[in-house]
Amino acid sequence: MPQTLATKVWQRHVVATAAGEPDLLYVDLHLVHEVTSPQAFESLRLAGRRVRRPDLTLATMDHDVPTQGGRAAADPIAQRQMEALEDNCRREGIQLYGMGSARQGIVHIIGPELGLTQPGLFIVCGDSHTSTHGALGAIAFGVGTSEVEHVLATQTMRQRSPKQMALTVDGDLPRGVTAKDVVLGIIARIGVAGGQGHIIEYRGSTIRSLGMAGRMTVCNMSIEAGARAGMIAPDDVTFAYLEGRSFAPTGRAWDEALDDWRRLPTDPDARFDREVRIDAAQLEPYVTWGTNPGQSVPVTGRVPAPTGEGDTRALAYMGLEAGTAIQDIPLDRVFIGSCTNARIEDLRVAAAVLKGKHVHPRVRAMVVPGSASVKAAAEAEGLDAVFRQAGFEWRDAGCSMCLGMNPDILAPGERCASTSNRNFEGRQGRGGRTHLVSPPMAAAAALAGHFVDVREVG
Amino acid sequence: MDPVRTIQGRMAPLDRANVDTDQIMPKQFLKRIERSGYGPFLFYDWRQAGGFVLDDPAYREATVLVAGPNFGCGSSREHAAWGLQDAGFRAVIAPSLADIFRANCVKIGLLPVELDEPAVRELLALATRSPDSTVRIDLSAQSVSADGIESRFSIDPFWKECLLNGWDEIALTLRADDAIAAYEARRPDWLPRLA
Repeated sequence: MPQTLATKVWQRHVVATAAGEPDLLYVDLHLVHEVTSPQAFESLRLAGRRVRRPDLTLATMDHDVPTQGGRAAADPIAQRQMEALEDNCRREGIQLYGMGSARQGIVHIIGPELGLTQPGLFIVCGDSHTSTHGALGAIAFGVGTSEVEHVLATQTMRQRSPKQMALTVDGDLPRGVTAKDVVLGIIARIGVAGGQGHIIEYRGSTIRSLGMAGRMTVCNMSIEAGARAGMIAPDDVTFAYLEGRSFAPTGRAWDEALDDWRRLPTDPDARFDREVRIDAAQLEPYVTWGTNPGQSVPVTGRVPAPTGEGDTRALAYMGLEAGTAIQDIPLDRVFIGSCTNARIEDLRVAAAVLKGKHVHPRVRAMVVPGSASVKAAAEAEGLDAVFRQAGFEWRDAGCSMCLGMNPDILAPGERCASTSNRNFEGRQGRGGRTHLVSPPMAAAAALAGHFVDVREVG
Repeated sequence: MDPVRTIQGRMAPLDRANVDTDQIMPKQFLKRIERSGYGPFLFYDWRQAGGFVLDDPAYREATVLVAGPNFGCGSSREHAAWGLQDAGFRAVIAPSLADIFRANCVKIGLLPVELDEPAVRELLALATRSPDSTVRIDLSAQSVSADGIESRFSIDPFWKECLLNGWDEIALTLRADDAIAAYEARRPDWLPRLA
């Protein structure tokens, strides 16, 4: 019977099945960070259990870390959380790329970058944006702390097979429309709960035309549509990306892996539980106006009239009036960063918009590379100079202002164009107002002091 | 985990859709390394704004939260479920719960109840109208009843058994140790390893 990518990957991880029970699945790679792991390690220790496979577990620090001033700039509680991770990793023999390591970075950026994220793997992490890793053809689930403990102890996870959605985007991307706009457009169409209970496979010529960075941006925001995971079939773009990376197979092992990976894509005529089709020609650069990622309009649009109490609340929180042109909304801050949009490709397109120009005097703008390695690569290309000369702050790697668990936050009432993934109330700081956009849209907005249509810049 | 069988108690109505875990447990409280003590931080930012339903003395004794669809969306932080439990809640009723949040609830014995939207609306109306009314949730029968409102909910039969028996899922899995070891023995050599 023809099978989907997700079914093929799922089936190869089944350790045990029992009638009426969820499958017991083997976890190939467990990614750990400082915020959702301390209680898991503590419970493990109290139960007298050990980490089953430290060699399949990788830890980094990203959520809490200050992006300037080094570790000393972290508050005492964050320090304690980082120390706890160090102690736990030392005790259990887990590789930790902590602050100061050349391999440190946002967990969803470093997995692929190190070549640890590979097609066909089952990956788990105590973070909802784990869906990012699906861009390479892996099944990747975000989980809570109790599940982190279960994976540490058993290297498995108990899960029923989710339903599957084929989300096909076909056609050439219009000029100025990025992977971020593709996924914002998808969420606007299917809704923030539209993917609930599903693994989404992104398909179609538009998706295949994206590079790995763009594919990761799309899969990253699967969770914002409520999906359990997002995936893209591995192809030559994937293989070229992986070849030569630190943990990618080499020599004969590479050939073996390649043979295996080429068998993963969904078979013709495989069935999905749900199919959604989107025409790329209808996509535009989007700006969110509300407090969930489904509330977006094209940059040429206006803040819509509320259609329910949720919209009314969102408008009140955002300090916006229905009918206001998106391009008339003035900005205080611009943030380029996060596991959604802080790869070298994202920085390049933003820098191309900024080159030789300067941010609007009212705007405080910040760029936070997704990893120490992205930072080094950007500096080698001279992108840091472009950002600095344009008036951007050039920071160290971390989650930064995506979630404001570190010193980078919005002040109450501040309005920010952000390349991150969530515009929830208070996400970037209590009372802060977040508008989600693509990296070039964020850069263009920084120059103008308000949103502008990136298609009309330069 | 203590077994969960029947829950009887007052309801707190939170008639909002898409309540995300950033609202349930704001990020400034995720830096703690403890598992308990999150109750006071539940819905912290909304409570600061004043007039929040959980601060209404009429709902002080509520043990069942009734909310709108897609409750618990967003971040995977289990701290959201810990906060609800620590604040005295034993069940959350909503038309739908986000996948990760639902799993987090089950793991700690906070009963996730997904009911038809009309039934949830009736419960919200009842809790708003008469805060001292009680709801009874029977996990074994998968039923919810309150003041003439009768409804049934579905729950994964495996998780139902775990909750009814208060099983330690890790201990359960470790019984499959032979199967896990056998699986490990047949994994290809070229799969990535840190060491």
